[in-house]
Amino acid sequence: MLTLTCPCCGIRAEETELAPGGEAHLKRFGPGASDEDFESYLFARKNPKGVHFERWRHAYGCGKWFLAARCTATLEVFGTYKAQNPHPTPEIVAAIRAKRPDWTPDWTETSPAESLTE
Amino acid sequence: MAEALAHIREITDLGMIQIRADLTEAGAAITKAAAIPLPGPTSTTTNGSRRLCWMSPDELLLVLPQAELAAALAELTTALAGQHVLVLDVSDMRAAFAIEGGRADQVLAKLSPTDLAAMPADGMRRSRAAQVACGFWRQEGGFVLIGFRSVADYLRGLLDNAARAGTGLDPR
Amino acid sequence: MSDNGPFRLSRGGRLIDRAYPLPFRFDGRHLRGLRGDTLASALLASGQLMMGRSFKYHRPRGPLASGAEEPNALLGLGQGGRFEPNQRATTTALVAGMVTTSQNCWPSLNVDVGAVNNWLYRFLPAGFYYKTFIHPRPFWKHVFEPVIRRSAGLGKAPTEADPDSYEQAYAHADLVVVGGGIAGLLAARDAGRQGKTVTVLEQNPHWGGRTPTDHADGQSRIDAALADLRAMPNVTLRRNTMATGLYDHGYLIAREALADHDPNAGLPRQRLWRIRAGHVVVASGALERPLSFAGNDVPGVMLASAVRDFIADYAVAPGRRIVVVTNNDDAYRTALAALDAGLEVPAVIDARANPSGALPQAVRARGIRILSASAIAGVKGGQGVQVVQVCSHVGAGQVSETIEADCVAMSGGWSPVVHLWSHCGGKLNWSDAQAMFLPDTSRPPTGDDGAAMATPVGAAAGDLLVAGATGAEPEQPLLPVWVMPVNATKAMKFKMWLDFQNDVKVSDVELAAQEGYASVEHTKRYTTLGMATDQGKVSNINGLAVLSAALKQPIPQTGTTTFRPPYTPLTLGTIAAEARGDLFQPLRKTPMHGWHQAKGAHWEPVGHWRRPYCYPQAGETHAAAVAREIRAVRGGVGTLDASTLGKIVVKGPDAGRFLDMIYTGMMSTLPVGKCRYGLICNENGFLIDDGVAARLSEDTWLVHTTTGGADRMHAHMEDWLQCEWWDWKVYTANVTEQWAQVAVVGPQARNLLERLGGMDLSPEALPFMGWAEGQIAGIPARIYRISFSGELSFEVAVPAGRGLELWEKLHAAGADLGVTPYGTEAMHVMRAEKGFIMIGDETDGTVIPQDLGLNWAISKKKSDYIGKRAQERSHMTDPLRWKLVGLESLDGRMLPDGVYAVDEGVNPNGQRNLQGRVTSTYISPTLGTPIAMGLVRHGPDRMGEVLEFPVAGAETYKARIVDPVFYDKEGSRANG
Repeated sequence: MLTLTCPCCGIRAEETELAPGGEAHLKRFGPGASDEDFESYLFARKNPKGVHFERWRHAYGCGKWFLAARCTATLEVFGTYKAQNPHPTPEIVAAIRAKRPDWTPDWTETSPAESLTE
Repeated sequence: MAEALAHIREITDLGMIQIRADLTEAGAAITKAAAIPLPGPTSTTTNGSRRLCWMSPDELLLVLPQAELAAALAELTTALAGQHVLVLDVSDMRAAFAIEGGRADQVLAKLSPTDLAAMPADGMRRSRAAQVACGFWRQEGGFVLIGFRSVADYLRGLLDNAARAGTGLDPR
Repeated sequence: MSDNGPFRLSRGGRLIDRAYPLPFRFDGRHLRGLRGDTLASALLASGQLMMGRSFKYHRPRGPLASGAEEPNALLGLGQGGRFEPNQRATTTALVAGMVTTSQNCWPSLNVDVGAVNNWLYRFLPAGFYYKTFIHPRPFWKHVFEPVIRRSAGLGKAPTEADPDSYEQAYAHADLVVVGGGIAGLLAARDAGRQGKTVTVLEQNPHWGGRTPTDHADGQSRIDAALADLRAMPNVTLRRNTMATGLYDHGYLIAREALADHDPNAGLPRQRLWRIRAGHVVVASGALERPLSFAGNDVPGVMLASAVRDFIADYAVAPGRRIVVVTNNDDAYRTALAALDAGLEVPAVIDARANPSGALPQAVRARGIRILSASAIAGVKGGQGVQVVQVCSHVGAGQVSETIEADCVAMSGGWSPVVHLWSHCGGKLNWSDAQAMFLPDTSRPPTGDDGAAMATPVGAAAGDLLVAGATGAEPEQPLLPVWVMPVNATKAMKFKMWLDFQNDVKVSDVELAAQEGYASVEHTKRYTTLGMATDQGKVSNINGLAVLSAALKQPIPQTGTTTFRPPYTPLTLGTIAAEARGDLFQPLRKTPMHGWHQAKGAHWEPVGHWRRPYCYPQAGETHAAAVAREIRAVRGGVGTLDASTLGKIVVKGPDAGRFLDMIYTGMMSTLPVGKCRYGLICNENGFLIDDGVAARLSEDTWLVHTTTGGADRMHAHMEDWLQCEWWDWKVYTANVTEQWAQVAVVGPQARNLLERLGGMDLSPEALPFMGWAEGQIAGIPARIYRISFSGELSFEVAVPAGRGLELWEKLHAAGADLGVTPYGTEAMHVMRAEKGFIMIGDETDGTVIPQDLGLNWAISKKKSDYIGKRAQERSHMTDPLRWKLVGLESLDGRMLPDGVYAVDEGVNPNGQRNLQGRVTSTYISPTLGTPIAMGLVRHGPDRMGEVLEFPVAGAETYKARIVDPVFYDKEGSRANG
């Protein structure tokens, strides 16, 4: 049973105090979007063995959603960060690279200015 | 026969005001209107009969005697007028229990996964008690636990059961 | 002979207290043990060697071991609700008055009919059931299975409720040490001195593991370590606590026995600890392995360690003439212990060519014969050892000598207890030198930081002697022995037991290999090796080695089976803990719950809430009560406790914009003081909740959700606010429980409320779909004029603490109006009479609002709302979608709920094609006829068509497609 530290209140919560929310960093497609984009938004999930980004809510705590970077194979947690980040923060990326040198980000529009780590 | 681990007492005269706001912007006004310092994350502050609990990065809970509620609500509402805040009387939606006695922490340890030893004296922890949400803070002689009104009987049953005489957690 | 039992030694016994005899019963016989005894030691002391029968062949069985690994000595314990089968006699502390029974035998332990299987063993090989009962097919279900089931199963399940109580507790520690032997205690002392919070768990009632028994000044070394630990406030020592499993991120589950089998203690029987460990030290020791020789299952053949435990710890002689058979030095300790206790040791049989270590020398010095390079060719005896046949270990079993004996102490080496290490992914290495699987510390189980979360120490790490701490002399290497003698004949292998409980023998595993079972996991399931209640603690390694030899491959290539928690079986009561009876699950109660209860409400569970379904009067059926309540409402006035409805405040400059995204309809244009019905969909377009929103002020709305939807919809809103539109200025608050809400419904509703006084409820002051704030009967209130029944209706919300007061005042003031409390079923029927949908009835997670004729509640002007894009997908706009219609039964029978309307033709599975189904169905007391709603393929275009609903065992139902509004189509009644 996992423990994750909520980045919003700092509490190290255990899984029974959390609610899972699936894959993180999905881009919403609404009216006007192509069928392909919308299908991908609704249904296509990465489901990797290894580094993964997930949504969690500190449901039995401060109630805030946050994101976690975690290895689905070993359950190692590389870090948690705020839900408002469009991509994993540079700190998270660095933490992953330190542990998984072979891993590289699969997004391109990274810009430090987007980071909301406080 | 051994003694109960703690005495469980329902607290019925509490008023509660929920405040949602950007605490960096509205914190000073709240502090002034409620006459109580702003608590840091996962902690509480007190001033006499009042306690201000940090509930989340943008939420506070002011706990005070029911008699002081109307005035405090009015003062907060006035002080925060024009700002993007939510101030609500939520006194009726929760049940509160005092867990008092030498082994109050053991009662809570049976119900919540919280590391109580690591919880500071002014700590405020939101967690769960067995199957329901709860929050608790330390108070002279033990803890105060709050939960939702509809499950007050369940909470009372949990607490009484966990506090049963002879069920202390000290190693035998 | 001692009065503490014929086999009780007159001296020694470090764990027993001779001053406290304890009476107990075994199969009706009255016996006596001593305080400190286990059930096994007490039975042995009483001369009761045979304690059960094996599972398959019903072979007589005595204890093999002295601890948690015991496969044989399983007893039924207690009576009535406290009866518990399969209790290990070797770990059950004796309690005065204990009632125990043997298992798996009939009519009695000594004379067992099932033992006939024993003579048929040649015909009951591995996979026997699979091979034999497969044909003819129908025989399996009707003949074989019932017979096999009757004779299968070890022990009997109790039939009464368990009267004991159980509890759970959470704990946190920097370090948890599992195992209170010398290695564990010293690891705890080191960590304690570093200032860490340390918890030490020991499964037994006493500390020290094997050290006090096996090493000269072991007890004083343990005592010294304990004294140091007890002086450290940061160290917790917990006995009688079995660590049963290690899970992700240092989550360790342990079971503390508080008052096992001692109901008079007034304590919870067991406590389940849920421990978050920063790190776990696995100091769980090692288990001795049996040797596979013919007759190794005869009662009286025991592990060498068990023999000396019974002698040294409990002053019990497992036999008077004890033959030791071994492949290592350690078993010589048993010879010495037996000699010290005045028992005879006719010989030590050692498979090794030249046993010359310190321990063999010490035994030799006592004048004991050591037969080197020797083996046991067979053990003779039925319910106890009589004769041991000796042979050369390297031969085929030619008997060279026979020795009279009543006990055989065997040792095939030791296996580290690597269960906790392995539960969460720790890997193992095979050590040829030590003939054991060892934790591979380069591949440990890892925690949330990616680092090792466990460290093995002492015997669990393969360091059997822990010489640095025990001062033990070095020992000579063991000789791996998997079959004794090496070239044993087939006939001998038929009598070499690997799994004593499930009766799996060397011959069975070899047969499995011969039949092509190359995987150890498959072999395990085929032969049932290691699948008994002991989970193969003593049998798995031996079985694995036999399988490897048969497959002609090295042991590591065969690999181990998976180690799964729990280490020993957990009582279900411990897992449930306090969650039974009133605390089984939280029941949510409204402020008027007690009133409903007092009025005899029949309850309907709605989520965790309990809502009155109806209020049956004396002698009234539920259906009659529902009909009466509906007539009372439609004819006068009724009250519904609507407190459970979700209530969420949504406030902020962007609240309107936000609600326009949440709802399919337009909420931002709702005038202050008004209410509007709204639909909430998920991003898939499916309808997930509905309810009425009221605009409280320029920037504040109060949103009503369904009873079950309050928490979900609040979470839904917070999800979108926090994760998608986090820069919008909106706050939400779930205030469901702040308010009690009463629906006052019926033509007399206004009249009744006006009697309470305080607010102007005239149609002008409070029109339909309006709300007002004020005081009613002196209670602060908001009144919403909304209707789910079609009648004139006011939903009155007051602070929860005053809900009962309002309710009672309504009933006092309306007595002459016949004010009637009504329940959820009346509410459901009335909404169905009006054709209103119900989330969960008309919706099932695949239904969009457009299916339900709710297009009027979907804004055409909005460019976006949650679910809008999905509702544009081709399947969602398919004109052939199933859509909401009313259904009128042709013959006056009520349509069954959920039945399907069939269409022409069949699908590829040969089933009738379908074209619709019933979603709600009732007898309408208002109309005196059955009514129903359903989803039918483009149903609204097919008014008047008749559908067929075939039902098994009844005449096919027929119903005509009609308008779903059955009552008051023009909607005038809501105006009063």
